[in-house]
Amino acid sequence: MSKDIRIKKGLNINLVGVAEQNTSKAVLSNVYAINLLDFHGIMPKMLVKQGAEVKAGEPLFYSKDKPDMLFTSPVSGELIEIIRGARRKILTIKILADKSQDYMEHSKIKPGADSEEIKSLLLKSGCWPFIRERPYDYVADPAAIPKAIFISAYVTAPLAADLDYTLKGKEEELQAALTALGKLTPGKVHVSVGKGSGSPFSKLENIELHKVSGPHPAGLVGTQINKLDPINKGEVVWTVTPQDLVIIGELLLTGRFNAQRTIALAGSMVKSPKYFTTKIGAEIATFLYASGVKDEKFRVINGDVLTGKKTRPDGYLGFYNNTVSVIPEGDDYEFFGWSKPVFDKLSSTRALTFSWLQPNKKYDLDTNTNGEHRAFVVTGMYEEVFPLDIYPLQLLKACMVKDLDEMEQLGLYEVIPEDFSLTEFICISKQPHQQIIREGLDLLHQEIG
Amino acid sequence: MSNKRLTFKKRLHILKHRYRGKKMAPAFNAIHTFLFAPDETTHNGSHIRAADDLKRTMNTVIMALIPVLLFSFFNTGYQHYSAINGFPENFSLMEHFLTWDNFWLGFVQVMPLVIVSYGVGLLIEFIFAVIKGHEVEEGYLVTGMLVPLIVPIDTPLWMLAVSVVFGVIIGKEVFGGTGMNILNPALTIRAFLFFAYPTWMSGDKVWVHGAVDRAGTADAISGETILGYLAQNNASEYSYSVSDMFFGFIPGSVGETSAFLILLGGLFLIFSKIASWRIMVSAVAGALVMGLVFNGVVDAGWIGEGSTFYGLMSFDFWKHLLVGGLAFGIVYMATDPVTGSQTNKGKWIYGFLIGFISVMIRVFNPAYPEGVFLAILLMNVFAPTIDHYVVRGNIRRRMKRLKQATIFPKTTDGKAKELKVETI
Repeated sequence: MSKDIRIKKGLNINLVGVAEQNTSKAVLSNVYAINLLDFHGIMPKMLVKQGAEVKAGEPLFYSKDKPDMLFTSPVSGELIEIIRGARRKILTIKILADKSQDYMEHSKIKPGADSEEIKSLLLKSGCWPFIRERPYDYVADPAAIPKAIFISAYVTAPLAADLDYTLKGKEEELQAALTALGKLTPGKVHVSVGKGSGSPFSKLENIELHKVSGPHPAGLVGTQINKLDPINKGEVVWTVTPQDLVIIGELLLTGRFNAQRTIALAGSMVKSPKYFTTKIGAEIATFLYASGVKDEKFRVINGDVLTGKKTRPDGYLGFYNNTVSVIPEGDDYEFFGWSKPVFDKLSSTRALTFSWLQPNKKYDLDTNTNGEHRAFVVTGMYEEVFPLDIYPLQLLKACMVKDLDEMEQLGLYEVIPEDFSLTEFICISKQPHQQIIREGLDLLHQEIG
Repeated sequence: MSNKRLTFKKRLHILKHRYRGKKMAPAFNAIHTFLFAPDETTHNGSHIRAADDLKRTMNTVIMALIPVLLFSFFNTGYQHYSAINGFPENFSLMEHFLTWDNFWLGFVQVMPLVIVSYGVGLLIEFIFAVIKGHEVEEGYLVTGMLVPLIVPIDTPLWMLAVSVVFGVIIGKEVFGGTGMNILNPALTIRAFLFFAYPTWMSGDKVWVHGAVDRAGTADAISGETILGYLAQNNASEYSYSVSDMFFGFIPGSVGETSAFLILLGGLFLIFSKIASWRIMVSAVAGALVMGLVFNGVVDAGWIGEGSTFYGLMSFDFWKHLLVGGLAFGIVYMATDPVTGSQTNKGKWIYGFLIGFISVMIRVFNPAYPEGVFLAILLMNVFAPTIDHYVVRGNIRRRMKRLKQATIFPKTTDGKAKELKVETI
């Protein structure tokens, strides 16, 4: 039974620099990199040595706890460097790409394949890590059986890639992936699309289609899960992002792991923000400068401005990202910044801040915190932008004091850090909400599992 | 920006780095961040942040208090001169109230209270910040302004200083500073004053400047408040009209008298989304309900004119909001987010009980006919309990849902061994 979801609480953050719907091909990157920090909670064990030749889709390492979960190379080439951090923890694996790409060929999946066949193909091809699990927001545990799979094709995050645009013409791959995923769960595959949008999902089969409307965070899959079928203790839910479904679908149809995806390069520091086709792990500089960057101090973010990771022009496109945001660094002082009227910044109050006068104005926000870190003081603000049936302030405090019972009871199983990105944005006390939730989830997993 | 300011900014920046890690860093940073919003940037999580911070929030509350403070200058003078010379026959705002004499007398009387309150309170904040190595927090900016507005005009400055020391240390710092306290610090200070120096805080002499000094002399003047008259069943003795009560031309604590300006301040705080409208609305409702109950008791004839409580019980229920500190307490004190209820549902209950209990204490305590500070302190203590039960409701809903949970056992992983690749 499909259900329409209308979200009222929330806040749309309109920023300058939305990507224009015009796709170019990015220059081929010489070096590709897999960043291990993308796979929170995975202990990697290398399968190939430095200097080894690998094909696209050939395993590089596996997860120590789940040895059948392989992580593969996005391109064919030579493994040139394994960058390690403290205690020899692997941070980044770099591959020098070949001129012509060789793919590791897997057997195509037949229409009547059962769940075990699909699972083992996804695991050995390197597509499995696209599937994320809740609670905890880790790569999905292949041994678990999810009660349902959720996919959000509705985008509300600021500057994020428009999926209706990037997925156009990929219906065949999406359908293949959705049909296969449907066999991995006894429950349903829920797909949410924007109300009134021409989403490529709207004509697909074997899914529960939901129409979502409302401000951010209506597009976050966590919001939709909470409204459709909230997670209870002990239950497992899987989520996949639509752009990753395309890669999974192509694997099922052709037997090849093709890491290509269309990404949005957006933000006020990009001269002509637009879309690029590139591959997972490509150097960001290969498309960043093609659009032109303003000659000021800027920050490159792997992902959108609310949930992404800080990187640099010589960084690499993240495993899960289809957006690269470039915004100004705000490392400057502002004379009497705390008391003078504010017209050029977004605010959820009206305390001499005037963004309420122009709700549709586009802002050019920088990375300044606009104030110092403080204890929680103001109450009732988060609730206005937090549509989940959870008390956000109380849950954050439970995580901070590491009260496991409270964390469970207040609904920590239902959220992941990105669900707290908007409350973090408006937080007057400038508390690191996403980090608090991440640490809470890790603790809960460690203690209760 | 001019060149000069740039160098000033740069100099402060260099100084900040010189102070980093030093004992006095919090004190320096407090002044630095007052002049310049810091150059701090986000790291991970949300890379952009909204414009408001705690300084801006507190500043908004202070802005809402400024009209009340200015009014108190004039009213202090007006009450003093009227008590001596008699109230003017044909009251004219410009001629009798907004005069230089009134303002100057009030300014000279009130400003020392403000200065002592801020001076002593901020000094303690700085000392604690330096000792504990955290930033100076903004909580006292509002407290420091509230305190002079809720005390009688002739409160000796040393008394105020002692109370501020007590209130800030015991009311706030021992709990860990701004955001951690259980009781409203301004009201803790007020309660300390009340219980430590009761003769200075109640009676019919303290509410008008000069009344204490002149007591017992030939020039004695009265400083009785409306509630004082009512508590003694002398309602006929005061001559204040409803409009006097509403606009605040009555004796009382320094800043509490003008319901009109407090209402404007409250509307400003609601509009700017800084204070909770839920608490204000429900507190007003609570006060009206309690007032109606008392009026009903009188109307039913259960209380005779001879009763001690007759004066206050028969006072029109809605006038309770115009006299005494009730309006001030509801708008500026009950809405303190740290000590109040933190859930939206809880705020309704919390506010309602504040209004309700305030009027109840006011009526049943003839010795000191004002209850709002006690009611708020009492509800401060109960706020976590109210929240606990509100949050329980959410938890119970989750527990109920848990019964329908579909939990699948994990598949035993036989395949893992087959797939295992040789490792290096």
